[in-house]
Amino acid sequence: MGLNVSNLTIARGGVRVLEGVSFTLDPGHAIVLRGPNGIGKTTLLRTVAGLQPPVSGRVETDPDSIVYAGHSDGIKATLSVAENLQFWAQVFGETDIETAIAAFQLERLVTRPAGGLSAGQKRRLGLARLLVTGRPVWILDEPTVSLDAEAVAMFAEAVRAHLRRGGSALIATHIELGLPEAYVLEVGPYRAVAAEVDDFDEAFL
Amino acid sequence: MIALLIRDLRLAMRAGGGFGLGLAFFLIVVTLVPFGVGPQSDLLARIASGILWLGALLSCLLSLDRILALDWEDGSLDLLATAPLPMEAIVTIKALAHWLTTGLPLVLAAPVFGLLLSLPAPGYMPLVVSLLLGTPALSVIGTFGAALTVGLKRGGLLLSLLVLPLYVPILIFGAEMARRGVDGLDYTTPLLMLAGITCGTIALLPFASAAVLKVNLR
Amino acid sequence: MNLNALWAYANPKKFIQTTEKVLPWVSVLAVVSLIVGLVWGFFFTPDDYRQGSTVKIIYLHVPSALMAINVWLMMLVTSLIWIVRRHHVSALAARAAAPIGAVMTVIALATGAIWGQPMWGTWWAWDPRLTSFLILFLFYLGYMALWEAIDNDDTAADLTSILCLVGSVFALLSRYAVNFWNQGLHQGASLSLDKEENVADVFWYPLLVCIAGFVLLFIALVLLRTRTEIRARRMRALLARERMG
Repeated sequence: MGLNVSNLTIARGGVRVLEGVSFTLDPGHAIVLRGPNGIGKTTLLRTVAGLQPPVSGRVETDPDSIVYAGHSDGIKATLSVAENLQFWAQVFGETDIETAIAAFQLERLVTRPAGGLSAGQKRRLGLARLLVTGRPVWILDEPTVSLDAEAVAMFAEAVRAHLRRGGSALIATHIELGLPEAYVLEVGPYRAVAAEVDDFDEAFL
Repeated sequence: MIALLIRDLRLAMRAGGGFGLGLAFFLIVVTLVPFGVGPQSDLLARIASGILWLGALLSCLLSLDRILALDWEDGSLDLLATAPLPMEAIVTIKALAHWLTTGLPLVLAAPVFGLLLSLPAPGYMPLVVSLLLGTPALSVIGTFGAALTVGLKRGGLLLSLLVLPLYVPILIFGAEMARRGVDGLDYTTPLLMLAGITCGTIALLPFASAAVLKVNLR
Repeated sequence: MNLNALWAYANPKKFIQTTEKVLPWVSVLAVVSLIVGLVWGFFFTPDDYRQGSTVKIIYLHVPSALMAINVWLMMLVTSLIWIVRRHHVSALAARAAAPIGAVMTVIALATGAIWGQPMWGTWWAWDPRLTSFLILFLFYLGYMALWEAIDNDDTAADLTSILCLVGSVFALLSRYAVNFWNQGLHQGASLSLDKEENVADVFWYPLLVCIAGFVLLFIALVLLRTRTEIRARRMRALLARERMG
């Protein structure tokens, strides 16, 4: 199950930010979104993930194939690492959390409360969550924030393994992930052009 | 769904604020009332059922903003919204968790606090039954209010302003039932009205809460 | 008449253009009928044989009480239109109407208190009707506060619309709950389709004029405020566009 985005126009806070975005993400492939801050990468990812409706255009995918990871990891400080992962696994109807713990080398931390982790460790836990969901399409917003070089490599390896299993990933990032096989999509050219001021019609923008 | 409920209950227990805070607030309200109106036990007996209902309502109000705000701040709500749970189920579970951690302890504590306010003997049963029927609706309405104000920085006061008028029918029928019980009157009518409103609220309001929450997640 | 043609007025531009022409007429009509109705009612009607001259406050009390409820109904309708058809003017009209409704509720409560003092010997009683209006006022306050609290206009419109729907159900429930809770002092409705139950004709005609005046006043105010809201909204949109560059 892939992801097909056609002629998508998206808005943030009522203002159009990107328009005419089209791409196809096939199983086994990854797309890296690039562009300056504030261009609308997060909004694009949230729209594709179904969290907000597009202004126009279509996102064709099975909503049950997508897992989204935003700026915050959704980690509960008072739950242990294992409890956090177990919870998300149960929500997505899965049981296996060992693979995810191994992939992000969280073995020594499993019983620690998540509140005591460092920012990088929390991020690794947040990324491990992707694995326990068992969903094929990953939508990741700045996944490598606060990760060190070693952890970035860990993440790249996890993505590569995911692609090998027939999964796919849509990643917004500023740094080099070490994923040469990923297709890079510059979102800058899709920047929305403001309509003529006289053109106020039903909507205000 | 069970997983979400268990997680919420576990969080409430570990964070400390869950079970204890609402109950402690309820106790304080009950303690302060005699200071305000005087210690005469016949006066207290007359207003006890009303005070207990008001106290329960305010204690319930106290923890409403925590129902969704914490999950909003750490991003869990975004992730839950893309999980295979319908939003209606999420808000219902949230309300249920709130009731189990706040409403139910209040119901169980009410008879004990009734002693403090010299609640007459025939009043205990209808008081507990009315609270048992009414507090779930308080949690469900509160979740609606929490969903409305979840994205706001200073949502707490606004939440009270939005939720309290919605509590009016439940307070009226609940307190009326408890009062009639104290006076030894027949309380079938308020009992049925209260049960009806609670059932209707639980059945319908989660759809509104879910719609509101989806708007706020945009 | 083709009903679809009506939706053209939901376009902000068309709305501004049309109201530009309509507003002066409505305003003048509102002022004229208010003056005629109030002067007629206050000075050219006899005193009531039981209530004396206090009865004349009816010319403020009844129209404002009517409007307090009807404004909420209008907000309910415009909220529904926003939810179903997503016309921005509709949402903004609901926003514009709320403070007017709140003021109408206060006028109804205040005139009721002033009337109640000589009649019942008390400024305030926890009578079902009075209590219902107080609760209605709280609903207005919550609705307005929610509009003010949210930055994004579309989000605010969505949330307040749903609050208006839910609030209407609970306001209705409260109305019946309050009736059950306390039997009141308040007389029955002053107006009904059953002619026999109405107040006498001498009071009735000026009252009708006053009601018409209040309705026209509300229409004039809501048009004016909606125009302001549309312009404010457009200004915010232009500012946002400027920031985007």
